[in-house]
Amino acid sequence: METLFFAIVSLVAIISAILVITCKNPINSALSLIMTFFCLATYYVMLDAPFMAAVQVMVYAGAIMVLIVFTIMLLNIRVNATQKHSHRILLGSIIGFFTLINTIVLLVKSQAAKPVGPFTGDMIRNIGHSELIGREMFTTFLLPFEITSILLLVAIVGSVILAKKNI
Amino acid sequence: MENLNGYLVVSAILFAIGTIGVLTRKNAIVIFMCIELMLNAVNLTFVAFSRHLGHFDGQIFVLFIMTVAAAEAAVGLALMIAFYKNKESISVDDVNMMKW
Repeated sequence: METLFFAIVSLVAIISAILVITCKNPINSALSLIMTFFCLATYYVMLDAPFMAAVQVMVYAGAIMVLIVFTIMLLNIRVNATQKHSHRILLGSIIGFFTLINTIVLLVKSQAAKPVGPFTGDMIRNIGHSELIGREMFTTFLLPFEITSILLLVAIVGSVILAKKNI
Repeated sequence: MENLNGYLVVSAILFAIGTIGVLTRKNAIVIFMCIELMLNAVNLTFVAFSRHLGHFDGQIFVLFIMTVAAAEAAVGLALMIAFYKNKESISVDDVNMMKW
């Protein structure tokens, strides 16, 4: 049952990912990308990570995709149907194919270590995923978490300066 | 949670599709979306390995990747709007102002 569900979600994710790069209209690409993000959120739920699924839906499918769709609508790009660089598509497909082979061989053939960590599925279900994530983040990873705030501040300042005057 | 290889293969396929999109498309926003797709494929690998190994380090890292992607979206889209104001186009063929 779980295998069948995994196969269905994989099919939807891969087809919508292919639609992202084949659609002529950028709006259609954006909607397909939202579908892919929802499939990834489903994977996170199947991997016992419900907090990650919630963050995926809110941050990616919510905030970032709204920003992208807003920009597409704002710029009003004319759909340019002339695809005269066919060698570019051929070359890109060949490189993408070798990337696929390489990553599959690297990921599948690599000997993943045995499960050694302290967090098992029962523990995640009993205590709660959000609590475990929060405990890790605010104890072990406190310094990177604080540095993240500086990164967000820099992003705010940069986008305001870019939007303000004529660059 | 037995088929770790299934998640890894799906992640590799999504990453390869994102690579093909970055290399073949010309619209800068579509290229940006393909980069987001590649980041999400890596996130899936992180979460699958994190669950398989029983450590939460990978999932914390996914949160940081999401933060970087949000900052990248804000700055990148502001750059595209600024470029569109100058050139009336966002095709990457027109981005050659710094070419020698």
